[in-house]
Amino acid sequence: MITLGDYLVVSAILFTIGFAGVMLRRNLIIILMSLELMLNAANLSLVAFSRFRVGADGLPDYNAQVFVFFVVTVAAAEVAVGLALLVALYRARQTTDVADITSLKF
Amino acid sequence: MAWCSNGTKESDRPNSKLGIRTSKLKLMSPFLFWIFAVLTLIFGGAVVLNRNPVASALSLVVSFLGLSALFVSLDAFFVGIIQVLVYAGAVMVLFLFIIMLLDIRVEERLRINWLAAVAGVGVAAILLIQIYVVIGHFQSARRTFPPLAGSTTDDVWHIGRLLFNNYNLPFQITGVLVLVATIGVVLLSRREPR
Repeated sequence: MITLGDYLVVSAILFTIGFAGVMLRRNLIIILMSLELMLNAANLSLVAFSRFRVGADGLPDYNAQVFVFFVVTVAAAEVAVGLALLVALYRARQTTDVADITSLKF
Repeated sequence: MAWCSNGTKESDRPNSKLGIRTSKLKLMSPFLFWIFAVLTLIFGGAVVLNRNPVASALSLVVSFLGLSALFVSLDAFFVGIIQVLVYAGAVMVLFLFIIMLLDIRVEERLRINWLAAVAGVGVAAILLIQIYVVIGHFQSARRTFPPLAGSTTDDVWHIGRLLFNNYNLPFQITGVLVLVATIGVVLLSRREPR
């Protein structure tokens, strides 16, 4: 049978993939996509814990799913703002490569 | 059916009759779990490894669809559906729109900063090992999921009730956040008047 740990391991691997994407890739769009992967990995473990914690009424703990709802909402807003920043950056510099954006680099 | 109205008792909800039948409905079979987990992880890796941004975005769609199947396998139908609607629908269309609007090419030059690559993979591997060890020491992680008393097909009812009672203030703050994001996007993408 599938245990809670299986879901947590899948969530951990997905988070690591997203983290590696943020660390390795230079394209800002890919970095934003990797951020989405990390957020979704957290959502997966939240839902797994929600299903694992069955209450006295025999239903999963819905508090975690409400939290997933908030995460999804905030992530959607974050993507919208991030892509608007990307478009503004592209209009100014004609690049989406983070290696070319070093004005604030110390 | 008045089961979504406010004054309904728990026993009036539609699963009370279905409960006996659906309680035998166990979690998704291990075979399907591994299929969807591997699908999610492979296409998640393809997001990072693809050099074409359009291919990355489409891989992300498949990864999110696999993830929503995993949510459904955890009896979280509402979360699975908003995963498809919000991510595979809205967010990915936004990504593809921006990629095609900016006409971002495939990265022709493959200049890899080897130090950064080794450091990135190393830190990611250390993080994965840490999480894996923590899960290994976590006693509950070896237990299977306890059975549910009834079906969870009405989880929208539960989530909505929690959202508007216990989490009313955070919900309204989220609304303000979305409004701020909308105004911010309009301001950011406006052309400077010369």
